[in-house]
Amino acid sequence: MPKPYTSTLNLKTGKVDLSHGGGGRAMAQLIDELFIKHFDNDLLRQHNDQALFTVPAGRLVISTDGHVISPLFFPGGDIGSLAVHGTVNDVAMSGAKPLYLAAGFILEEGFPLADLEKIVISMAAAAKRAGTPVVTGDTKVVERGKGDGVFITTTGVGIVPEGVNISGDRAQPGCAILVSGSIGDHGVAIMAGRENLQFDTTIISDSAALNSLVADMVAAAPADIRCLRDPTRGGLATALNELAQQSDVGMVIDETQIPIKSEVKAACEILGLDPLYVANEGKLVCICTAAAAESLLAVMRQHPLGRDAAIIGVVIADDHGFVQMTTAFGGRRIVDWPVGEQLPRIC
Amino acid sequence: MQICSRQICNVKRMKYISEFRQQNLARQLAKAIAQTVDSDRHYRLMEFCGGHTHAIFRYGVQDLMPTNVEFIHGPGCPVCVLPTGRIDNAIQLAERPDVILCTYADLMRVPATGRNSLLKAKAGGSDIRMIYSTQDALKIARENSEKQVVFFAIGFETTTPPTAVAIKQAQAEGLTNFSVFCNHVLTPAAMQAILDAPQPVAIDAFLGPSHVSTVIGSQPYEIFAERYAKPIVIAGFEPLDVMQSALMLIRQLNEGRHEVENEYSRAVTRQGNLKAQALVQDVFELRPQFEWRGLGLIPDSALKLKAGYAGFDAEQRFNMPAIQASDIKGCECPAILRGAKKPQDCKLLGTVCTPENPMGSCMVSSEGACAAYWSYGRVRG
Repeated sequence: MPKPYTSTLNLKTGKVDLSHGGGGRAMAQLIDELFIKHFDNDLLRQHNDQALFTVPAGRLVISTDGHVISPLFFPGGDIGSLAVHGTVNDVAMSGAKPLYLAAGFILEEGFPLADLEKIVISMAAAAKRAGTPVVTGDTKVVERGKGDGVFITTTGVGIVPEGVNISGDRAQPGCAILVSGSIGDHGVAIMAGRENLQFDTTIISDSAALNSLVADMVAAAPADIRCLRDPTRGGLATALNELAQQSDVGMVIDETQIPIKSEVKAACEILGLDPLYVANEGKLVCICTAAAAESLLAVMRQHPLGRDAAIIGVVIADDHGFVQMTTAFGGRRIVDWPVGEQLPRIC
Repeated sequence: MQICSRQICNVKRMKYISEFRQQNLARQLAKAIAQTVDSDRHYRLMEFCGGHTHAIFRYGVQDLMPTNVEFIHGPGCPVCVLPTGRIDNAIQLAERPDVILCTYADLMRVPATGRNSLLKAKAGGSDIRMIYSTQDALKIARENSEKQVVFFAIGFETTTPPTAVAIKQAQAEGLTNFSVFCNHVLTPAAMQAILDAPQPVAIDAFLGPSHVSTVIGSQPYEIFAERYAKPIVIAGFEPLDVMQSALMLIRQLNEGRHEVENEYSRAVTRQGNLKAQALVQDVFELRPQFEWRGLGLIPDSALKLKAGYAGFDAEQRFNMPAIQASDIKGCECPAILRGAKKPQDCKLLGTVCTPENPMGSCMVSSEGACAAYWSYGRVRG
């Protein structure tokens, strides 16, 4: 019997249809010609429903993140690269070296295969740069109107080296608060990409994997880093409030020390937003002992993703757990938890 | 966002905003204010607008003022003064299957009767769209000809001209599925109501509206300065504007003057924007009276569509009833909006009423006095 002829996936004009999630040949073809082709690695090529690997010594970290974003493609990235960076960063914020990723795709019927390929290529490139291959995955297709093009959930695992103890509840009065660079870039890039907001900006998303920056920091001051957090949704303000609450401390930050690009400031003025609450996808907040702050800052500044790092404040004892800010104007105010969403669905 | 050309700014490029937030200038102003105040006197300055309130708390302006200069928060927050009944009206409208309700996002969480809100109505299936401008509402109307698209229009004189433009545009385009639920209100009427209140709040002087005054000019306030002997300074919304205006008011009070002065001269003239005024006059006329949260029924204080534009009036098109709704018991928003109480005087503040779970409108809008105090200022206790 001759092998039945199957035409290759039409990646130019083809669209996702229900059969691509149905478990049959069409799905197998999508996996082979798109996902395995681009994510290509030994574990994925085994075609198993799981990835089996040996765990190095240390403590295992796992984190998962669902990615929904409008628009799917934005200045400086897309949902694919974001899905890698988001999870790699969540794993890295424990001080871990991220090892592998798993990815779940929910595709909407009718979604162009060309766009899906662009997303997968970008995701594969991001995974390669971060050194975290996508080793297992899943695809489902929902009927037209029941999704928003594509949703991607990624799960990451990593290993925390011995002697590293980083957690959101370890901030103590006297500790220094550092941020790795300018805030608000991602949120503003996304907003500028939305069609109903007609303004142009040169700002691109800061979406990036921070694991190599974290590795440099952990190597330089393994015992002095108390907390790491990537200030994504809700921005710097939310990340600081989370850490203050977890650690049962207060904080005082200095507005003049917080790096914010003037274009981001300008866009926020127009839209009536506070950049402290605008999302980042390639920045981290670090709380460390006061003694290590300056040397850690120098280490961060030597890394391309930490060039604009700054010491922005100090942890204080405060029963209320307030995050306060000395304003550039010379007054003082609270930087509170955000209320609901600042924007209609940012990521 | 650099609005000036090199030619104007000479060598150093000037930024539009940052120069109105400079710490060194703030310190100089603070020093001047400290030197000018009479230490035997208490100065009660009502900042009329939520924009001022927001700036005072966000930048910590109070920290730079002498203790005998008190800011009293005024009613100039359009979301805050909208009575609950009008939100109930909008929700009823949005619940109609043939209606798409377009609204500015600030209104979404304002409490309505029965713990409802536009946000909850949206989650319940009503088609409510958050928009950035009246042009978005027109676009939605063009794209949904089988639906009735209603724009929930609110705001003081600043937001009225864009509503007028949208109505005229809809008329020119023959957009028959577009209408406006008009809640535009007038600033001078509110100022008059505060000054004429049966138990008037002790106010020595006013920081007058900035954006509103770009449209209506500074002239409409002259009668208040004269008749009620209250100094008024039209004040911009940046923190240095607020401080400079406070200094101008303190000087007037010390010298026994009561005039309208214009600190916000970079945007406000005595006559205002005549073109915008003509546009508003063409489309709108005065309502005999309108209910304000906190201030009650105020005659000649709000606008409705003129007969020539009645076809775009949602109240007529949908035969909308007047809804009398009561505010939540214990909520001090009404007294806070009159300047009679401060947010910290309300027993609900921070207990059952927080930005996440607002009981009153002053906690919803970022311009509301309660939200500003709670979000920025509660560290002062």
